[in-house]
Amino acid sequence: MQRVWGLLLMTSGGDGGSNQEGLKELESTAKRCRREIVKMTHRASAGHPGGSLSAIDILVALYKTRLNVDPKRPKDSERDRFIMSKGHASPAIYAILNEMGFLSKEDLSTYRVMGGICQGHVDMKWTPGVDFSAGSLGMGLSFGLGVALAARMDGSDRAAFVMLGDGELQEGQIWEAAMAAVHHEVGNLKVIVDRNRIQNDDFMDVQLRLFDIAAKWEGFGWAVRECDGHDMSEVVSSIQWLDTITDRPAVIVAHTIKGKGVSFMEDNPAFHGAAPNDEQLAIALEELK
Amino acid sequence: MTVAASRDGYGSALLKLSDDPQVVVIEADLGKSTKSQMFRKEFPERTISLGISEQNMMLVSAGLATSGYKPFASTFAIFTERGFEQVRNGIARPNIPVHICGSHGGVHTGTDGSSAQSIEDLAVYRSLPNMLVLHPSDDLSTEFLTIQLANMNSPSYTRTARNKTPRIYNSDNVNQLEIGKGVTLRTGNDVAIIACGVMVSKALQVAESLSEEGINAAVIDMHTIKPLDEELISSLADSCGCFVTVEDHSIIGGLGGAVAEFLSSNCPRPLERIGVKDHFGESGEGDDLLEKYGMGPTHIAEAARSAIARK
Repeated sequence: MQRVWGLLLMTSGGDGGSNQEGLKELESTAKRCRREIVKMTHRASAGHPGGSLSAIDILVALYKTRLNVDPKRPKDSERDRFIMSKGHASPAIYAILNEMGFLSKEDLSTYRVMGGICQGHVDMKWTPGVDFSAGSLGMGLSFGLGVALAARMDGSDRAAFVMLGDGELQEGQIWEAAMAAVHHEVGNLKVIVDRNRIQNDDFMDVQLRLFDIAAKWEGFGWAVRECDGHDMSEVVSSIQWLDTITDRPAVIVAHTIKGKGVSFMEDNPAFHGAAPNDEQLAIALEELK
Repeated sequence: MTVAASRDGYGSALLKLSDDPQVVVIEADLGKSTKSQMFRKEFPERTISLGISEQNMMLVSAGLATSGYKPFASTFAIFTERGFEQVRNGIARPNIPVHICGSHGGVHTGTDGSSAQSIEDLAVYRSLPNMLVLHPSDDLSTEFLTIQLANMNSPSYTRTARNKTPRIYNSDNVNQLEIGKGVTLRTGNDVAIIACGVMVSKALQVAESLSEEGINAAVIDMHTIKPLDEELISSLADSCGCFVTVEDHSIIGGLGGAVAEFLSSNCPRPLERIGVKDHFGESGEGDDLLEKYGMGPTHIAEAARSAIARK
């Protein structure tokens, strides 16, 4: 059911019209999610809008065109797993889970509220549709590797998708997992790096440069592709490319803009972990009409 | 007297668990030392080697466990601590049943020196919600308790020892062990000596020598540090009236810490704690180090006399 757009988009050649419609629908879904992201962080007076807005186009494409997940059976053992390693970008996850039918609008209003199911950082114990308890950076790829190994031992074709922030690539554990995934030839482990170039304190080029991220993954033996993480057509085709790699792990380095879609948040380190005030919310929602 | 190392019991437990197809073994290059290689030799397809990467090992195990597998991950006790925050946030917090075994715990580990002698593992893992913390005393109890872990729905940490020490149990009585229940190895009404790990056999030896001076010491194998057997400690408070804890671990936060916390809040009694007194170890033979650090049989006996005198 969730793969409809993917099927449409994969029939390249004779059906360009449907593809265009599919892409437009994905883009409008992403815009609705962006509105929820700024509303959630504004309501909570806290949270991480910048990295949520940079990731959301990728998440929409992934959930709408590829992931085999069902809100009626969130614990189905044969579901694909999505692991949000950059767990502070939780508003993006809650927004897409709302679009997918896992969460209601009322659920979104519990973001960061005591007793609410939308915890500050994504948490598998609190939120249906969340498969990993994140919040501490650098751990998601290892978890995804374990999930992918389990699927292989089960003889299942389910996949593990992991989203990493570029900042968290500074954590050594990422590269421990990257080595192990190649050594074990794990072909059902798929990674997307949200390359938005900004971390908590400042631009990564100020804090700790990573230089050529794609070359690093290639050096570790991964299949690598780069794309514009806000060009829905490129994002969708890159996700399709992930499935063509079956003999080793594969990674997309998606070049994104932190705060994408809200003018004053774009490329602005101040909005890594700061919520919009009332006035800023009004401007943001106007821009996201 | 049979001597054996508790780590051998871990290896043989993994082999006995192999009938359960969900049991998988995760290694970080120390399978020869922790004895998980006993499983690897027979079941390489269910053994995952991750190289020297303990942080990765913790979360790979968590991923496997959420997919229905029962991962047993092992390395040296000290190196599990390198992945402590991974255990905290990635395993204990979401309450994922990953079973971690840390071998070579304590100063009794010996000549490798202080870098390899974890004296804080029981304390740090005990501080985590959801965690079971075990430190069995011999190979047979380690084997039996490790097998029990496979059916627990909580994460666990089990410390094993490198060196051979006297076997405490036999094949007839080891089956009575239960996670969370201390074992009264010797009864007595003058003082309760509560020990764990390699120190249990020392405690028994001390109790025998004390009996020659007319002191009847109870000896408890507190193989489970968390959850602590509070019922047993309460009854010992009544029957013995004073305590000595004995562990190859810092006196801060481990078995002694756990017993002190319980007694002070519930039934205050004199307590003497034998353990490493807030310093790091060094190279040396295990028993020599225990003597040097005030943890030998004479020190345990003196602690028992002091506790009795404070009643």
